[in-house]
Amino acid sequence: MSVIEAINIHKVYNPDSDVPVHALRGIDLKIDEGEFTAIVGPSGSGKTTLLNIIGGLDRPSEGKIIIDNQDISTFKDNELIDFRQKNIGFVFQSYNLIPVLTARENIEFVMLLQKRTEQEREARVMELVTAVGLEDKIHKRPNQLSGGQQQRVAVARALASKPKFILADEPTANLDSASTTQLLDIMHQLNREEKITFIFSTHDQRVIDRAERVITIDDGKVVNDEIQN
Amino acid sequence: MIWKLAWRNIFRNKRRTYITAASIALAVLTAASMRAIQKGAWDNMVDNVVKYYTGYAQIHANGYWEDKTIDLSFAYDEQVSSLATSIASIDQVVPRIESFALAAYGNKSNGTLVVGVDPIEEDNFTNLSDKVTQGAYLDPKDDGALVAEGLAEILNVGLGDTLTLLSQGYHGATAAGNYPIKGLVKFASPQLNRQMIYLSLDGASDFYDSQGLITSAAINLNSPDQLELTTSLLKAQLDPKTYEIKDYREMMPELMQAKELDIVSGYITLAILYLIIAFGIFGTILMMVKERTYEFGILLSIGMNRAKLGMTVWLETIFIGLLGACIGILISMPIVAWFSINPIRMTGEAATAYEKFGVEPIFPAAFDISIFLSQAFLVLIMTSILALYPIMTLQKLDPVQAMRA
Repeated sequence: MSVIEAINIHKVYNPDSDVPVHALRGIDLKIDEGEFTAIVGPSGSGKTTLLNIIGGLDRPSEGKIIIDNQDISTFKDNELIDFRQKNIGFVFQSYNLIPVLTARENIEFVMLLQKRTEQEREARVMELVTAVGLEDKIHKRPNQLSGGQQQRVAVARALASKPKFILADEPTANLDSASTTQLLDIMHQLNREEKITFIFSTHDQRVIDRAERVITIDDGKVVNDEIQN
Repeated sequence: MIWKLAWRNIFRNKRRTYITAASIALAVLTAASMRAIQKGAWDNMVDNVVKYYTGYAQIHANGYWEDKTIDLSFAYDEQVSSLATSIASIDQVVPRIESFALAAYGNKSNGTLVVGVDPIEEDNFTNLSDKVTQGAYLDPKDDGALVAEGLAEILNVGLGDTLTLLSQGYHGATAAGNYPIKGLVKFASPQLNRQMIYLSLDGASDFYDSQGLITSAAINLNSPDQLELTTSLLKAQLDPKTYEIKDYREMMPELMQAKELDIVSGYITLAILYLIIAFGIFGTILMMVKERTYEFGILLSIGMNRAKLGMTVWLETIFIGLLGACIGILISMPIVAWFSINPIRMTGEAATAYEKFGVEPIFPAAFDISIFLSQAFLVLIMTSILALYPIMTLQKLDPVQAMRA
């Protein structure tokens, strides 16, 4: 069953200028529930643009993004924010935790926005910190954590609201080898055990090697889409 | 969470927060001190003037203040004399009968203001006996006169000389009499010093042929703050067809206009001060928005709506404003308290000029909590308005563009 369906997605930046930039040129894509998918391609190929459009952060110039039988490209701004909060988890290259909040508060943050009860939040936080192996770091602020630990908190934050899928933009770009392996292990485990769909944009061969499906984009088009064993 | 986030965010860049809060604190300190000294100086001046002669309010026969004729006298009866008992805010009721008269001695004469007073009540109120420079103060049944020094000089009279007074008495009666000079008084105001003659109330009643009548009853209050209450109570108790109640503001409009002018000029100075501070705060907000555009993008991405994000940033600005205002108030309170106990004292010619008008040449600060609170409120309003900028910026912030910042 598809979680995300991208239909004929085009994205043109500065369409009315003399030099319009065609970032995406008719992408058709279906991502099924529980996939562990990497979107790869050279810099400027359109990976991040595609991820942004799938995540409702940007709008396509043409085409539709169907999530949960709804075309999110027609949503108003506030509807999109609300939709993202409930359905999508984001993991960014630079971790992007809120610096003034502790690890625990960062993980709790989206649940607070969703007005979850304290008991619910407590239970989910404990579940996630155990999953990412940071039980002893929950009261630390981001600047007291290593890069790998911060990214694990970011993954826990992304999962806190039990989203339909996680979009991770170059999540390992700033991590050393050991942290990358640890992070991928955690995400793979969550993918297998909780059937959470992960979609990465990446250059990192270690991520590509662990992905079950690799979609290659070049010049705004899907040039290869293969399932790996 | 919004409150926690906002509170912690203000300490992210401690130095900037402290500098901004310090500039606000300095503004509040300056503004509160300026206002306190300005208010204190005016309160002192009004208090001096009021206690010098007029009182905080006066009761007259209806229409007296327009015509100021002795024909518009009224009975100093139990209802008026007992007002200090019936209205708790009134400290004292001071009866007077006054009109103009010609004073003559030998071949010299001069226009004078002859005031009949109850020597004890008047002394309690205006400390008239302290102004006696030669001779003695009046007794309640005295048939002598206290003459202002300047007037005595004009008429070339001294202690023991007999002054002839001539005027028109109550309802056209001829007022004439001889009064031995019992004492000389000195007023700082040259105008008063050239024209004042005091008689006892009984002596003046005989002179004006107005037994049992007075032209004014000056009211002294326990506290100046009770003026509105007192005048409204007086208006309720006394028949408006018979009496008029005038407070010192109505009786001294020039003084009030001068006060208003001074206050307005003070406000202009404060407005300029706050404008400068506002630019400082706005600079901080601009830097904060610029530095955190990326973070705002992230927060929008993960689902924090613009209203909540705007509220967080707004609260941060308000917290800095309040922090500065509180520090400013805490610093200014002891300073203002010190100047209220140890007023700035003028010296030299400036002091002489003030003394001429019967005003003590001091500038005490008014320790009035409303001054501090109003400054804090002003800062709150100012920062609230300035904090609209990040809210407006957030309304149109594109998360993707923000995360590229």
